Formats: sequence, C-alpha cells, structure tokens
Amino acid sequence: MNLGLLLLVPLLTAAAIAFSKGKNMPRVIALGGAFVQLLLCVVLLFAYRTAHQVAPAQGMYFETSYPWFASLGINYHTGVDGISIAMMLLTACVVLAGILVSWNMEKQVKEFFFLLTILSGGAYGFFMALDLFLLFFFLEVAVIPKYLLIGIWGSGKKEYSANKLALMLMGGSALVLVGMLGLYYHSATPADGFSLTNLGKQQIPLDVQLFFFPFLFVGFGIFTALFPFHTWVPDGHSSAPTAASMFLAGISMKLGGYGCLRVAAFLMPEAAHFYSGYIVALAAIAILYGAFATMMQTDLKYMNAYSSVSHCGFVLLGIGMLTPSAISGAVIQMVSHGLMTALFFAAIGMIYERTHTRTIKELGGLLKIMPFISTVFFIAGLCSLGLPGFSGFVAEMTVFVGSWQRPEEMYRVATIVACMSIVVTAVYILRATGMSLMGTIKNKAYEELKDATWNEKVAAVVLIGAILVIGITPFYLTHLIDPGTNQIMENINRYISLN
Amino acid sequence: MQLFYLLKNEWMLSFMMVVLLILKVADNGRSHSSWIRIFNGLMLVLCVAGWLMPTVEGEAFGGMFFSYKAGAFAKNLLCTGTLFIGLIGEDWLKKTRHVVEFYLLIISTLMGMCFMISAGHMLMFYLSLELASIPLAAMCNFGFEERRSGEAAMKLILSSAFSSGLMLMGISFLYGATGTLSFAQLTLMSSYEPLFIIGFVLLFTGIVFKLSVVPFHLWTADVYEGSPAPVTAFLSVISKGAMVMVFAYILYHVFGALNDVWYTLLYVLSIATMVIGNLFAIRQQNLKRFLAFSSITQIGYILVGISGSSAEGFTAAMYFIVVYLFSNIVAFGVITHIASKTGNETIDSYKGLAKTNPFLAWSMAIALFSLAGVPPTAGFFGKIFLLKAGVGTGNFVLIIVAALNMIVALYYYLRVIRAMFMDSNENAIQPLESGLSLRIALFVCLAGIILTGFAGSIYEYILNLNVGL
Repeated sequence: MNLGLLLLVPLLTAAAIAFSKGKNMPRVIALGGAFVQLLLCVVLLFAYRTAHQVAPAQGMYFETSYPWFASLGINYHTGVDGISIAMMLLTACVVLAGILVSWNMEKQVKEFFFLLTILSGGAYGFFMALDLFLLFFFLEVAVIPKYLLIGIWGSGKKEYSANKLALMLMGGSALVLVGMLGLYYHSATPADGFSLTNLGKQQIPLDVQLFFFPFLFVGFGIFTALFPFHTWVPDGHSSAPTAASMFLAGISMKLGGYGCLRVAAFLMPEAAHFYSGYIVALAAIAILYGAFATMMQTDLKYMNAYSSVSHCGFVLLGIGMLTPSAISGAVIQMVSHGLMTALFFAAIGMIYERTHTRTIKELGGLLKIMPFISTVFFIAGLCSLGLPGFSGFVAEMTVFVGSWQRPEEMYRVATIVACMSIVVTAVYILRATGMSLMGTIKNKAYEELKDATWNEKVAAVVLIGAILVIGITPFYLTHLIDPGTNQIMENINRYISLN
Repeated sequence: MQLFYLLKNEWMLSFMMVVLLILKVADNGRSHSSWIRIFNGLMLVLCVAGWLMPTVEGEAFGGMFFSYKAGAFAKNLLCTGTLFIGLIGEDWLKKTRHVVEFYLLIISTLMGMCFMISAGHMLMFYLSLELASIPLAAMCNFGFEERRSGEAAMKLILSSAFSSGLMLMGISFLYGATGTLSFAQLTLMSSYEPLFIIGFVLLFTGIVFKLSVVPFHLWTADVYEGSPAPVTAFLSVISKGAMVMVFAYILYHVFGALNDVWYTLLYVLSIATMVIGNLFAIRQQNLKRFLAFSSITQIGYILVGISGSSAEGFTAAMYFIVVYLFSNIVAFGVITHIASKTGNETIDSYKGLAKTNPFLAWSMAIALFSLAGVPPTAGFFGKIFLLKAGVGTGNFVLIIVAALNMIVALYYYLRVIRAMFMDSNENAIQPLESGLSLRIALFVCLAGIILTGFAGSIYEYILNLNVGL
C-alpha cells in the first residue's frame, strides 16, 4: 500500500475546503476526508497483517524513499511498523470524532476545518517518517494551525495560551533540532545522517550519545508534558476549542512520546540506559503531581488537562524503564490516553456548549437531563481511573508489570509512587462525575437542555468503541505493536549488554 | 561576443537607463502610471533575458571584472527582486513627484551591485560599492515631505562614508602588505603577517557595517523607519542580498586561507547579531523598524551558515537569500500597500486586519512565518540548512544559541499575527482594493515561499553553481 495516500488525502481535503463556499460545504468535505482517512488506516492495518505474516522479520513495511535534498542526505523516506499503524488509527479516530463534534461551528467555518485537516495530515506524516528531517518537518508543521486554532476559536485567555503553547513547543522543536544535527554530524557516514533506519544500525559514540540524548528527549518530552515543561498543557488544552483540545491531548502529545521512543531511545540506547533514572524520576513526579493538581481544579477542562499530564507521565515512565513490557505498556497508554482524553474533551465540549459553564460546582444532575452525554462523560472517567474492561486498565497494568521488572530500589520507589496516583485519580474522577452528573438539578434553566445530536452520538460511539475493543481484547493491539517494540528493545539490549 | 554575455546584466541595465533618459528628455507630459508601465515592462524583459541568456564564465578588463555562475545567478535574482519591488511600490510611486528619477537611481544602484558581485579587483570592488550605496541614500530621501526621510538619507550616507573609510584603510593596508589589489594575487599572497591581518579585519568591518551586523547595526532601524516603504524593501532585500553574496565570495575565495581568523570573527558576531537583533525586535511598534531588527537577526543566521564549510555554507546562504527575498517582499508588499493607502505603519493599527482584509493578513502571516522559520514555508528549510552548514565546523554552541533564538524570534513574529488575527479593533483598517501589480507580486512571491522549500532541485541547482569555485 502506498503510504503517500495518507498525506495526499488530507492535502486534497484541505485544498477542497479552501475553495468551498458557505457553511455546509466545508464541514461535509472535512467529514468525508476524515472518513476516507479512517478507511485508509483500516486498509493499512489489514495490509500490514498480511505483509507481516509473509515477512515477519522485516522491520518496516511499505517503505518508499525518494531523494529530496540529495546532497544533504535528506530523503522523503516513509514506512510503518505496528506502532506507527496504531498511532495512525488513533489519529484517524480522533480527527473523525473532532470534526463531528465541531459540526455546528459558526465562526469562520472554512478556516477552522482547513486548519484541522492540515493538523491531521501533519500527524500522519510524523508517524510514517523514517527520515529525521522529514519527521522534524512534520513535528513543526503543526505549530501554525495549533496557534491559530487556539487563538482564534478558543475561549478564556486564549491569546496567552496560544502564545505559551506555540513558544514552548517551538522550544521543544529547537532542542530536537540541535539533537538531530548532532546525530547527523556524528554519524559515521554523512549520507545516512538523517536516516532513522540506518542510524539505528550504527553505534554512536557514547560521549556523543550522552551529550545529545537530553536534547532529543527533553525536546520531544516537552510535547508530551515532561515535568517541569508541562505548563503549556493546562492552559493550551483549556483555551482550545473542543476539536483542537481533542487533537492536542489525543494526538499532539503522542508525537512527543513517539519521538522519545522512536528517535531518542532507539538511536541512543546507551544514553537512554544512562539517563533512565532521571527520566523515571521526572515521570513519577509528573504522575503524582499531575494527579494532585487535578484534584484542585474546579474547571472541567483544566481537570482533564492536568490529568493528561499525569497520564502522559505513564508513557514516559514506561519508556524510562526500558523493559519490553514497560515499553509496550507505554505505547498502549499512548493509544488509550489518546482515545480516552479525546472522549473526555468531547463530552466536556458538549456539556459546555449547552450549559455555557465548565465549573464543576455550577453543574449538577445532568444525568437526568442529558443521559447520553452524561454516560459518555462517565465512561471517559471510568477509563481514566483504569477500570478493568476499558483501555486505561490494560495500559497502566502493562506499564506497572514492566516497571516492576526493574529490581533497583529507585525504580521500585518510582513504580510505587506511580501506583499511588491511581487512588488520587479515583478521587477526582468520582468527585467530578458525582458533582456534575448526579444529585439535584442546580440550575432550573438546564431542564430545557437537549441531549446529544446525531453527530455527537457518532463521535462518542467511535471513540467508546475503540476504547472497549482495546479494553476487552487487548491482544489485538499488543500483537500489532509487539514486533515494533521488540525491534526497539533489540537495539537497546544489543549495546547495553556489551557494557 | 563574449563580452556581450559576460556583462549581460550590466549592459542591459545601462541600456535601460539610456532608454529612460531619452524618454524623459522627450517627455510630453507622460502620466505616472505610463512611466510605471514602461519601467515594469523593461525590467520584465531584462529579467527574462537575464535568466534565458547563457552564462559565460571568464574575465574582462584585465581581471577587473570576473564572471562566475553563482554571481550570474545572484545578479538575475537581484534584478527579479527589483522588478517585484517596482510592482509592490506602485501605489507609492503614483504619488511621488519624481518617478523617473527614482527609477534611474534604482537602476544605478542595481548596476553597482552587479559590478560589485563580479569585481575581481579591490578598486573595482570599492567603486561599485560606492555606486551601489550613494544612489540608495538619495532614494531614502524620496519621502520629500517628511523630515525623517531626510534624516534617514543623512544617516545612511554618513554611516556609508564611515564604513567606506574603514574599508579603504583596510584595502590600503592590504596593498601595503602585498603590493597588489587584484583578488587573484591577494589569494596567493595572503599570509598571517600583522599588516595583512589588520587590513583584512578592517575590510571585513567595512563590509559587515553594510550588512548591519551587531555592533555595526545602529544605523539600520532609523534608516528603515524613515525611508519610504518600497525603498526600505529594496534596502533590506536587494541591498542585503548583494552584500551577503559579495561577503561570502570574498571570504571564501579571496581570504579562504585566513579561514581561522574569520571563523572567530563570525562566531562572535553571529551570536551577538542574533541575540541583540532579536531582543530589540521584541519591543518595536513600527513595522518597518520591526522588520529592520528582524533582518538583522536573519543576517546573524546567514553568518552562522557562512561560518561553516565552504560549498555547503555558500549554498545555504544563497538559498536563504532566495527565500528571504520572497518572504520580505511579501511582508513589505503588505506594509507598502497599507502605508500608502492609510498611512498606518504600527503593529497596533494592524489589529483586526484579518477580518477586513483577509488576503493581506494571510499574505503577511505566511511571510512572517517564513521569516520565523516555521514549516511548511521555505524559511524553515532555509534556516535549517544554514544551521546544518554551521554544524560543519562541529561548533554546537553556535547551533544551540541559534536554535534558542528561533523561539525568541517566533515570539515577536507572533505579536503581529496576534494583532492581525486575534485582537478586535473598532477602527480596523477598512477593506482596501489592491491593484493588479501588487496582486501579481504577492501571488508569485507567496508561491515562491511555499514551493521553494519543497523543490529540492532549487537547492541542488544552487549547489551546482558553486561547484568548481
């Protein structure tokens, strides 16, 4: 299958939106585009399964490579493995749901869907890139759309949040750029300097790894809310319009996790091993601190944003542990958190659109007025606190099992700290759902409100379906990602066992 | 016949000047728009002919004049840039009194730049540099009613004189040390003799003065602010482009042996230029001043690229000039248009522009994102290639400083974007009607901003020009 299709479809959709007229046409085109994307991703999944059965040992599938800036060693080199396919499926689901949720957008409809479609194209490109320059290009391509989406369509202190987000993510990119150029400069053969697959086969000198690993890891880490660089998350997510929040928390943060794993840990395994203590410590702080910070929030969106900090900490914790199960858990957590948080933001968006408030105390008794939306909200909450049967449980469980395999004291402590956060999570989730959904109806005006419309129902069903599939039959996902994680683990073990 | 091709841009420019003079003498009340049409037509013919005519490499006038492929490319590029500036400046030109004189001045400075790029001898270099800078000062004075315009001209001419003085001193030291002024001879005779080094450093200082590298940048902001917007565009795009080209050529091919000397200079100056240019840009309110400091920062990045290895650094710098030309012309196109229709030049007056003039606002936004180096615009590629060329020396301090400066730069470019797209304003600029020429210029340059990056062949083309140099 030609991976270029997944870039072409968003591009064509965006072009069609740019030339469309009126209020209805842009959204119909955007929805059609998102649907084709999802379809392509599903086709890709099945094509991958067939290809994998034929050649199980092959690292990357459907590779294509064209010279781009040939004399600089920059190629348009794409390819996928199970991990990328999982992330692409996640992207397709979230984008589809995001477009459906913003169906009744009133303000500058055309520009809104245009930017959203461009964002999705950037995410696919990032997950399929096998050339570091290409990967970096797609990492940064999202800066403008994100900034404009928050700044123009956002709410609250949107300009401040948009600025903060753009600058902090640009900072992350700048660090990644330095790390990338460092790898290029120290690669044994300059022609391979940007090639992810070829660099993976080289052993980069230890001192180079130790110097440049922090640049790459922190750079990508900023995207995935690495403590103490998480501060853009609460402001950015809360000010963004619903679809942009879903994209930011659901996919954008995953770019960072994917980069930490695929670029930083894969290319510089010895440095990853050396720094793993620091990574795990920061991740544990983020998990616990994020959870406690969430408890203090009164705004539903802020609550979910802080809980994202906590949940993304599990991704970094898994990567830092460097054991097969932990890494596998980190990937599952990325997918699971992407779906769950998108669902959460969607539900919050639906509530906000109707009640015009996100303050937990002002809501109450919503379950009686809008049972569907409330149920969606409740399911997202249960998934967030890791109830068995939902994807959150599978992900966190795998991370914990993997983490426990590291016998050193410090890792044990970090694991225990991370486990404790589950209790805190339960507290804030149950409190928030209890106060806003149950009880008496606090505001008489709410009784007039209507339940979800068809588009919101479809969006929620898509996301809940995906969450349940992972929660009930996790082996589909683990089988999909295991070859990928094994390959990364092989690379890590090969060099670490030498020392 | 060889001279015909060797001097193609130069003789065409002279010819054009003669045509304009004859038409001016035979003037029977020709209207402004008719002059503008004549100039644009001639310039278009000149550019097309320049690109189509074969490039011949060789010497003329006993080594005084030296034509090479990269130089010919740069000359064509500058002529094309001037054509665009003529197009975006139309609104303003229609209002000015001396339109023909303006064109004559612009052509003479352009001719000076062409000779400067091809100079093979210090005397030739100095003469053409003066030819390129004195008419510029006259152009700065074209906002006759405004005091600050005259002030800008005065500042430019005085600082030019000062830098010329430094340069002449350097050239005479070089002559004293070697007894020759020809580039080819200087290359052979360059040494670490103190007199030679001092001469080189003075010459270097004179050039970076023109490039407005920190700490020699103080004239830039005032001159940019005072001059009429099209002149500012010319100063920041064409004049800077020509200087960068000459600068890189002289460093690499005349003083290549003194690599370690100029590397140290570039290392210090590029860091100072990037940091100070950025810090000053943050607080600017006037858009022309704002772009002045932004262009200082861009020069800092170019210095990073030039400090790298020969072929790649030169190519990256030239590629960046192409990108920079497109981006800055779009930015100045919008500013010129708005300034000549409404007189507004401050960031605050651009508030709410996206609602009233979406096309202008989006053009400006794309240009600014390109200047900030955010993909998918070509500025991203230009910047990364400069940094990558800078890595060639293995100095990561420089790269880290440059990368961190990209964040600061994004901050102040976002200020303008925010004003245009997010701030509401009751007195927003009314919907403006943009003329055909402006639209053509903006569309071509916007296409350039988007496509230059993706077309790897443009980079390869420029790289091939440098092969064998």
